[in-house]
Amino acid sequence: METKTIQKQQKTQPQTERLSGSEAIIKCLLAEGVKTLYGYPGGAIMPVYDELYKCQDQIHHVLTRHEQGATHAAQGYARISGEVGVAIATSGPGATNLITGIADAQIDSTPMVCITGQVASHLLGSDAFQETDIVGISTPVTKWNHQITKASEIPEVMAKAFYIARSGRPGPVLIDITKDAQFEEFDFSYKKCTGVRSYKAIPETDKNALSAAAELINNAKKPMVVWGQGVILGKAEAAFKAFIEKAGIPAAWTILGVSAIPTEHPLNVGMVGMHGNYAPNVLTNECDVLIAIGMRFDDRVTGNLATYAKQAKIIHFEIDPAEVDKNVKTDVAVLGDAKVSLKAILPLIHKKSHNVWKRAFDDLYAIEYEKVIKNDLHPTKEGLTMGEVMKEINIQSKGEAAIVSDVGQHQMIACRYANFNQSKSNITSGGLGTMGFGLPAAIGAKMAAPDREVVCICGDGGYQMTIQELGTIFQQKAAVKIVVLNNEFLGMVRQWQQLFFDKRYASTEMTNPDFVAIAKGYHLNARRVTKRDELAEAVQEMMQSKEAYFLEVCVEKEDNVFPMIPTGASVSDIRLS
Amino acid sequence: METTSKQFTVSVYTENNIGLLNRISAIFQRRHINIESINSSVSEIENVSKWTIVVNLTEEQMKKIIGQIEKQVEVIKAYYHTEEEIVYQESCIFKMKSDLLFNEQQIQNIIIDNNARIVTVNKQFFVLEKSGRKEEIELLYRELSGFGIMQFTRSGRIAVSKEEMKISKILEAINY
Ligand SMILES: Cc1ncc(C[n+]2csc(CCOP(=O)(O)OP(=O)(O)O)c2C)c(N)n1
Repeated sequence: METKTIQKQQKTQPQTERLSGSEAIIKCLLAEGVKTLYGYPGGAIMPVYDELYKCQDQIHHVLTRHEQGATHAAQGYARISGEVGVAIATSGPGATNLITGIADAQIDSTPMVCITGQVASHLLGSDAFQETDIVGISTPVTKWNHQITKASEIPEVMAKAFYIARSGRPGPVLIDITKDAQFEEFDFSYKKCTGVRSYKAIPETDKNALSAAAELINNAKKPMVVWGQGVILGKAEAAFKAFIEKAGIPAAWTILGVSAIPTEHPLNVGMVGMHGNYAPNVLTNECDVLIAIGMRFDDRVTGNLATYAKQAKIIHFEIDPAEVDKNVKTDVAVLGDAKVSLKAILPLIHKKSHNVWKRAFDDLYAIEYEKVIKNDLHPTKEGLTMGEVMKEINIQSKGEAAIVSDVGQHQMIACRYANFNQSKSNITSGGLGTMGFGLPAAIGAKMAAPDREVVCICGDGGYQMTIQELGTIFQQKAAVKIVVLNNEFLGMVRQWQQLFFDKRYASTEMTNPDFVAIAKGYHLNARRVTKRDELAEAVQEMMQSKEAYFLEVCVEKEDNVFPMIPTGASVSDIRLS
Repeated sequence: METTSKQFTVSVYTENNIGLLNRISAIFQRRHINIESINSSVSEIENVSKWTIVVNLTEEQMKKIIGQIEKQVEVIKAYYHTEEEIVYQESCIFKMKSDLLFNEQQIQNIIIDNNARIVTVNKQFFVLEKSGRKEEIELLYRELSGFGIMQFTRSGRIAVSKEEMKISKILEAINY
C-alpha cells in the first residue's frame, strides 16, 4: 500500500535533481537550446564560469574583449539566426558595459538574454565592491528584467526570460543573479514558459480590420508598401512576397527590413528614409494608400511628420499596439503577427498590376541613377568610392553574403547597394545607430551561420570603437571578412558639418594607425588598397579566403552620401546633391 | 489634434513586482512629464496591484502613454479617465498647536463645516484629518493657514471608475 502511493507521487511530481544555482543556470541555457554565448568573467559571476568550464562540450562560451562586444556578438547571432542571443558578464563595470548593446537590442527588437552576476544578497545596497544597480540602470532599455536572490527562482525566471525575449515583439531581457544564489543548492526541475498572464505577446488579428484594409488596397490606384524588420522577425517573408505579388504593389524597405525579399525582385523599389532612394521617398507623398508592414515610422524614415504621406490612407500591420498611431495616424490598423495577417488578407486581395504607377518609380530611379548611383558605382574621378567597393563585394558574393555594417556613411552605402538573395542578411544598428556594433556583431553572425559568408563593413571611426574584438576573431578562428572604408574622417558627421555647419570640421578628422599592421598583429590576413586597379582583385582575394581577412580601402576623404533628406524636411524634398 | 493639457487619472492593474515602480515612472520621466500623484495598493483581485496616477497632459499624449504602460510585461491593463468618469478621494493631515483648539472658536467651526476629523490631541498639538476632493482639501488648507500649520501632508489620489473595468474578465481570457 505504502509503496503504491510513493510510486504515484513520483509520477505526478516533476523530476528534480539537487543542483547549485550556477549548475541550474547552465541547465536552463541548455534546455533553451543555447549552444553559444558571449561574455567576460569576473568575481560575481565566477561560479557560473566554473560550470561553463565543466560543460565546455555542450555549450561554447566565447570570450569577447569587452562586454559591449559580447552584447553585439549576441545581437549578430540573433539577427542572422532568429534565435535568442545570450551575453553574460560580471557585476559592476561588467554589467554597465552591456548597456549600449542592450539599448541597441531594445530599439531594434532583437531577442537577447543577458545574465549578470551580482554581489551576494546580504551586501545589496551596501556599495559593496563592484556593486551596481544594474536592474535599475537597465530598466528603461530592457523588455523585462529581474534580480534573482534565491537559487530556487532560477528555473522559472530563466524560462520566463527566454519566453519574453523571443515572443511577440522580441527584445532584450536582463537577469541579475546574486553570488549567493549561484552557490545555493536546491531541487531543480525545468519547465519551459509558454505564457505570462499579464503579457500578451501577439494581439489577435481582427477580421474587420483585415477587410477594411483589403477594401482600401483593392480600390487603390497608387498603393505603396513600406516594410520593416517585422516581416523578418515574424518569419513572414513568403507571405509578404505573395501579398505584394498578388496586389502588384511597389514595395520599399527600411534599413532593418531589407533582405526580406531579394534585392532584384521586380516590385522592390528600394529604401525609404534619410539616405534612401529617390523614388520611394518622393512617391510616399504621391501614393493614395500607404501600407506599412512591421515598421514603426521612425523619424529617420518619415522626415517631417507634418508633411508625411498626408494625401494617403494609411494601413499599418503591426504586432505592437503601442506603435499604432504613435507617429503617424492610421486609417486602418491591422494588429497581430505579420505572417498571420498577411496570409489572412491574401484571399481578400484582388489580383492586380499597377504598371503605370510602378513606372513612376522607374522614372525617378533613372534620375537617381544619373545623378547619384552611376557616380557611386562607376566613378570616373580618381579617388575610390565606398559604392564601388560594395559593387565588387556584390560581384563576388552573388548576393549570398550577410552584410554586417557599422554606423556612418559606409553603413548607408552598404545598405543602399548591397545585394541580398536571402533573408536576415543585413545586420546593422538601425534605431540606436551604435558605432562599434559592426565588428562584434559580425563575429556573432559568423558563428551562428558558419556556412555563410559574413562581410563586415566599417568606417575608420567605428572600427576603432571595438577594434579589440580582432582578438576574439583570432582566438575563435571566426572567418569574418572585414572591410574598413577609410576616409580618415568621421565621415557622416563631417558631411553634416560640410552641409549645415559651413565646413567647420570640429573633431572629425582622424589620424589613424596602420590598420593592416594591427590586423597582422592579431595574425589576420590583411591588405590595403589605395588604387582602383587593385580593388577587384583584392576583394576577390578576401572573399575567397577560408580564414578571416582584413581589407582596408582608402577611399575619397570628403565624399558625401546622397540622396539626403535634411533633418526636419519632407520626404519629397529629398536632395540629390 | 488636441493640444491643451488636461488632468487625467490613470488606473493600472499590475502583477505585484519590485521593479515596476521604476518601469512605470520611467515612462513619464522619459517624456518629461511630471507625475502629480501616484498611489499603489492591493486591488479587488488577489495578487493584483492597482496604481492610481494623476498627470496633466494632452489626450493624444495620454493615449500613447497608456500604450507604453500596457506594453510592460507585468502590466495587466491600463485605463485613463477624466474627472467626470471617476469617483475619487484624496486625504490630508494637518498638525497644529493645541492652544488653537481652545482659544480660537473659529477653528471648531472650520472642523465641523469641512467634515474634518480630529485624530489625536495632546498638550502640544492636535492632528486633523480630511478626505475629499482636491478642491475641498485646498479650501480647508486655505481656511487653516491663517492660524499657522505646523505640518501638512496630502496623499495621492485614489479612484474608482464609474464604468466597469473588466480586469477579472481580462485575466480569465488570458489562457496560458
Ligand atoms: C557610439 C556613437 N558615437 C557617436 C555617434 C555619432 N556618429 C554617427 S556617424 C559618425 C561617424 C562615423 O565615422 P566612421 O566610422 O569613420 O564612418 P564613416 O561615416 O566615415 O563612413 C558618428 C561620430 C554614433 N553614431 N555612435
